[in-house]
Amino acid sequence: MADGEETGKVPVIELRGVSKTFGEVRSLSGVDFKVYPGEIVGLLGDNGAGKSTLVKTIMGYHRPDAGGQIFFKGKLIQDWSVARARELGIETVYQERALSEKQPIWRNMFMGREPRTKWGLLDVKRMRDESARLMSEHMGFTSAAVHPDNVVMTMSGGEKQGVAITRALYFDAELVVLDEPTMGLSLTETRKALDFVEGIKKAGKSAIFIDHNIFHVYPVVDRLYVLDRGKVAGVFNKSEISMDDLIARLYRVARSGSMEEEKAAS
Amino acid sequence: MTTQAIAPARDNRVAPPSFLRRYGSQIGIIGVGLAMWAAFVAAAPMVFLDVDIYKAFAETTPLFGLIALALTFVVITGEIDLSFPSIMALGTAVFCLLVKADVPQWLALLGGFATGAACGWVNGALVSRLNIPSLVITIGTQFLYRGIELVLMNGTGVPLTPDKYPVLTAVFTSHPFGVPIETLWTVLLAFVLWVTLNRTRFGAHVFLVGDNPTSARLMGVNAVRVKTLAFMLVGVMAVFAGLMTSFVGYYFWPTTGDGFLLNSIASVFLGGTSVFGGTGSIIGTLVASYIIGAINAGIVSAGINAFYTQLCFGLVIVVSVVLQTIIERRVRRQSIGGR
Repeated sequence: MADGEETGKVPVIELRGVSKTFGEVRSLSGVDFKVYPGEIVGLLGDNGAGKSTLVKTIMGYHRPDAGGQIFFKGKLIQDWSVARARELGIETVYQERALSEKQPIWRNMFMGREPRTKWGLLDVKRMRDESARLMSEHMGFTSAAVHPDNVVMTMSGGEKQGVAITRALYFDAELVVLDEPTMGLSLTETRKALDFVEGIKKAGKSAIFIDHNIFHVYPVVDRLYVLDRGKVAGVFNKSEISMDDLIARLYRVARSGSMEEEKAAS
Repeated sequence: MTTQAIAPARDNRVAPPSFLRRYGSQIGIIGVGLAMWAAFVAAAPMVFLDVDIYKAFAETTPLFGLIALALTFVVITGEIDLSFPSIMALGTAVFCLLVKADVPQWLALLGGFATGAACGWVNGALVSRLNIPSLVITIGTQFLYRGIELVLMNGTGVPLTPDKYPVLTAVFTSHPFGVPIETLWTVLLAFVLWVTLNRTRFGAHVFLVGDNPTSARLMGVNAVRVKTLAFMLVGVMAVFAGLMTSFVGYYFWPTTGDGFLLNSIASVFLGGTSVFGGTGSIIGTLVASYIIGAINAGIVSAGINAFYTQLCFGLVIVVSVVLQTIIERRVRRQSIGGR
């Protein structure tokens, strides 16, 4: 396998034989998936290949079908849930952004993990102050629409994405999952999002990067998973495959459902 | 996004939302309240400059206003509870039956509240676990709870005389320092619920679940738990109000709760809580419930034909809600017609 050289390390997250069925539709079947510490893993695949389902399973939003196992740092986790995953240090920038549009930025920033004072009440002052600090330090927001008390609804697409990304960054996650972070962004905003992915690697953290656009994914990742119809169609170390070769294989997968066997198994 | 130039951008400072933008709907409702009060004072100064009328409001409004405060939570989560009038009666009935069975009064009281919590749990579980629209299922449970209560009581009432219930009569209907205790309870509970909504994790999650349930779940908010707790809060508060209503009248009628439904719901919406969920205010509901409580007495004492009561009632609610919606849209720079 492509990750053979890393056998000494324990993966941050590992999925073994994970399947997910919705009624009669099988979105994932027998997926094995690993992310090692300090590694950026790309996830490619056509619409409906199961990328988002895989992400939501990793995050505990979907429960895998019986038989599938999720390991965090080598430990089998039984009661996997979003709250648990975030507690362990996995944060996600969702494709749908997962913001609450009618709420102020500070409520969005700390959604689901609101800090409390020693009295057990919400630390609203800290939430406001931290949001203001994060927005100027990490997002470089100067627009008048971006004050911690502004509701998200009034912000532009890029600013909203900024909130979603900064939120994932704030909690000092071990593993950041980015589900199509560049969708609907302008050129400069896209650049910012990609810089952010690079920043994760520099900080020694891991990331899973999902995008339609192979030109965004390829330059920043270390390893690539290609999903097709709910199955892992191939795993590649970036050093072993050129972008052109990858693109050719993706076309082949889309048409025939299989990559060339002998090369994928290298 | 703001399009007009915000003053010459002074070193990247960001402008906070204006006071009006933040508290617009609350200021609006307080304004409506003051305007109505002024109109009543002008129309019937004899009545409205006397303290007695305010004592009357202070005794009758909490009976439906208390539930409205709890109902605000459910509405913010994007749901509605139409079954609380029946829960008022069922919880009070359980209390009466337990007392009749020689259970100590304080224990019977707990039994009543537990009944309310259980009814709320059933509502909440059906809504949040099975995703049944609350509008539909709580119409069902409204009949269900009322039916259980009528069967339990066999349709008969129970006298609640002060000599048999000295403590509870004092708790639910007395005048410490000359102020009706009903309103003291309302103010106290409004404060507690304000803190709960605005300064606890549960309150924060109430907003998040109502705003966008999928986002809330993706970020690890347990939407089932939040909604269930909100419905349970209404259940317990309904029993509290049911007991208060019964002690105020010294008698528990099996029909307790009839006529409360629209007053409570109107208070929530008049108070600026969004029908779509995600936004709402306890202070708004509190003020709105007193406005609704005042309309009826106000019309009659102002010497206007009592047939105008409902007309006025309807006008105030329709106009307020329309104005709130328009103001909100303008604040957010959306078109008035579109969503």
